Amino acid sequence: MIAASLALATQLVLWHSYRADEEKALEACVAAWNRAHADVQVEALAQPYDGFASKLEAAIPRGNGPDLVIFGHSAIGDWARAGLIAPFDDTLPADAFLDGTVAPLRAGGKLWGVPLAFKSLALFYRKDLVATPPATTDELVAFARKTRATEPPGHYALAYEAGASFYHAPWLHGFGGRLLDDAGRPALDSPGAVASVAFVEALAAEELLPPESTGVVATQLFNDGRAAMTINGPWFVGEIAPGVPFGVAPLPRVSATGRPAAPLVEIEAILMPAHGHDPRAADLFARWLAGPEAAKLRARIGRQTVAARAAWDDPQIARDPILSAFRAQLAATVPMPSSPAIRQIWEPLNQALRKVLRGATDAKSALADAQKRVNEALRPPPPPVPGAPYAVGFGLVAIALAAWTMSRARKGGGVAAMRAQSAAYAYLAPAAVAMVVLVFVPFAVGAGMSLYWHDAGRWTFIGLHNFADILASHDAPITDPLSFWFTLAVTALWTVTNVALHVIIGVTLALLLRDPFLKLRGVYRVLLIVPWAVPNYITALIWRGMFQRQFGAINGLLALVGLHPISWFSRFWTAFSANVATNVWLGFPFMMVVTLGALSQIPKELEEAAALDGATRLQRLRHVVLPLLKPALLPSVLLGAVWTFNMFNVVFLVSGGEPDGATDILVSQAYRWAFTRGHRYGYAAAYAVLIFAILAAQTMFAKKEETA
Amino acid sequence: MKALRTAGVHAALVVACVVTLYPVLWVIKMALSPTQGATLSPSPLPTAVTLQNFADVLGTHDSAGRWLFGRQLANSILVAGAVTAVGVALACSAAYALSRFRFVGRQTSLRAFFVSQMFPGVVTSIPLYVLLERLHLLNHLAGLVLVYATTAIPFCVFMLKGYFDSLPRELEEAVLLDGGTRFDAFWRVALPLARPALAVTALFCFLTAWNEFILAYTFMNDPRAWTLPVALQRYVGDYSTEWGHFAAGAILVSLPVMALFFALERHLVGGLTQGGVKG
Repeated sequence: MIAASLALATQLVLWHSYRADEEKALEACVAAWNRAHADVQVEALAQPYDGFASKLEAAIPRGNGPDLVIFGHSAIGDWARAGLIAPFDDTLPADAFLDGTVAPLRAGGKLWGVPLAFKSLALFYRKDLVATPPATTDELVAFARKTRATEPPGHYALAYEAGASFYHAPWLHGFGGRLLDDAGRPALDSPGAVASVAFVEALAAEELLPPESTGVVATQLFNDGRAAMTINGPWFVGEIAPGVPFGVAPLPRVSATGRPAAPLVEIEAILMPAHGHDPRAADLFARWLAGPEAAKLRARIGRQTVAARAAWDDPQIARDPILSAFRAQLAATVPMPSSPAIRQIWEPLNQALRKVLRGATDAKSALADAQKRVNEALRPPPPPVPGAPYAVGFGLVAIALAAWTMSRARKGGGVAAMRAQSAAYAYLAPAAVAMVVLVFVPFAVGAGMSLYWHDAGRWTFIGLHNFADILASHDAPITDPLSFWFTLAVTALWTVTNVALHVIIGVTLALLLRDPFLKLRGVYRVLLIVPWAVPNYITALIWRGMFQRQFGAINGLLALVGLHPISWFSRFWTAFSANVATNVWLGFPFMMVVTLGALSQIPKELEEAAALDGATRLQRLRHVVLPLLKPALLPSVLLGAVWTFNMFNVVFLVSGGEPDGATDILVSQAYRWAFTRGHRYGYAAAYAVLIFAILAAQTMFAKKEETA
Repeated sequence: MKALRTAGVHAALVVACVVTLYPVLWVIKMALSPTQGATLSPSPLPTAVTLQNFADVLGTHDSAGRWLFGRQLANSILVAGAVTAVGVALACSAAYALSRFRFVGRQTSLRAFFVSQMFPGVVTSIPLYVLLERLHLLNHLAGLVLVYATTAIPFCVFMLKGYFDSLPRELEEAVLLDGGTRFDAFWRVALPLARPALAVTALFCFLTAWNEFILAYTFMNDPRAWTLPVALQRYVGDYSTEWGHFAAGAILVSLPVMALFFALERHLVGGLTQGGVKG
């Protein structure tokens, strides 16, 4: 009976990336809905945040997406233009939601989502160190100076992620600056923006902020009682150590302008992907989830700062000091811009902030540079070009290639010879077919994208424009860290250094571990492959932490031997070394295992014969073992070089390209264009094709050895 | 003299192990820590110890109360196991052809295997998505297996071809003279002798599949079809990361790899003079 009614029920799938209490709250809401609505059953599927947007962009256009998705409002601009999401009927009651939580969900006169919650930064303070949180920046600075004067070194009034645009935005707005002007153009060099960066520049110069104040450092200092205040969002509550007495307050007013420091606010909304199978049911559920009943559950269980006004009538929610502080902050927030231009802003602004914070330049020139870079990236798309000449050229190349292949085959004896060797083809075919279908075809398609300009799901054929643009390096000089040629040189250096160290360390350890009578040999071997076994995402981040200036283990060791601490990520060579150290640590076990395998094919007799002839251990190594090892290792070394050339995640996670993008390699540039700089897939594809061309050209020189 | 040398070797290996394990101690520290914050301190020794993070990760359930961790562990083992089987099988056969036969297109094939490693993954994920959809392999673990296997094959081919090249052909020719087929020569002589190379390639295939996250996430919609690295990525949030859970998960994910390596390790040394020839 129940089974029969369930079979007739509509099934809605909801994707979200909530964690912990918010996830529990959402599940409680869904359960409550499912109990009351036998005809519309909802299933909530939790997704990792990393890659969530890309997954949606791949799945929705092909009809594989969910019926509903919970996401921040800033995605709406792109997704609405690309037709990824469907609009709601704009019938939300005017006063049902808190002021400022609905407007960001409208675009082009349509409503694209129903607001669930709002997330912005606010001021967290330790009640044991701060009696009343500062109401103005003057009070804040006075308190910071007093802390510096009276507390032991290493104690700060304020620690927050000062080098990140999102965390700087409150000051930027408070000083009268804006990220985008009314016409949607970046406004990083406006007087207000310059004043805000000059403000943190002064804080850093007076040592009122900790050096290298990343989010992890700020959290650590706050939890240890070495920072009295920090700037963070509702999610930070879970990171505060148990027992720390803390409060939340709105950010202070900027004394110079009298305006409040206004953080960016992201409205978390429930959106309706296009191609859902029952939009009416989805619409009903979306409105219910945003409504008072579900909002109360979300606020109580998930400690969520909910958008539904009625939920705040609940005394338990209204009296919650943390939730109400964020609600108070909401009055002084700026909605996160949702235009594509914003995605070009973060990276240049981050770099400008970091440059200023480490004293390398002043606010005005740093922001002028950043503005120039953003304008460069936002140039209007190149005009479409007719595809016919390209098609003809492509056809001619294909014919030439086919003719060349035929002549090669004929030289090899033609069809008769091939038939005679049919066994060989039978052995080769399964792997070859799989490679062609799953590797070569996708790459050919991907490479084709390099001839297009991508914008919100639309592709315009622009010929070789992307290549010309990259090779001309946006008209930047070759020595500019962002020029293609500079990045290429860094990539080459990165590859050579890593591969050399991988081989030296891997081969040395394998030779040490070769002796069959060595005790504990198995234990050593297993311990030494640990870096290969642990997922490298987490170990790379651990390495980043070890290079941290203030708390990092590396500087701790330097201090032990009486050396000064180093700001690893503020100079090219130290940042590059940190990347290399991490990648060598990650990569030597592979080389060691390969060498162990290769060593086993060297006949013992040869060495024994050499020993009988009186060769010393070193001589045997040099004249017998290494020469025999070389051909066996060569393919692995060459492949290792190719992999290292394309090893983006270490660079991404350890130095993150710092300083100023100088330690980025080609493939990390390609990733930035594809994912963080506003989905310039065509541009990223052009990078990929260039990377491929460079590697292929490089191996043309070495091909004799490699295929011997 | 010999004792001194052995002591020197041990000293060098101990130093290497300490350097290798030092960063891993932080992962362990975070996994045992009662908070979800990342701890920065020069000492990697845990200050407070709790197994709660491990319990949380192991006990992950979905909203319907089904045990997700167990399911995802099974998926991971299934996928990595299948990738190892498929990858090694295809690579062995291809490597054998490239080593033992001279045929038209041999050089081109070798070069193509090599060249395939030069494609940056950034451009292939969308075309692969469409391709798998056309092949009706989206949302199927089989699709993942094929994609991972083709990622791993080129290295395996080079590793195995190099090894086959170094094996004396006389043994296989003897099999052929005795009336055996080419396949007998391959299956009964060449493969058993290539054990160390097979161990390396098996480990490589397994790890390729075991740690991959982004394609597994893109191609699989249902959390019950995910592999463990995707599940692990759930602890990395939009604004903050649950370091304790993430570290505990990373340790749990790496344990099977260590076990596999421990099992394969003795095959890495076998070699020509032992084992193979006798059999």
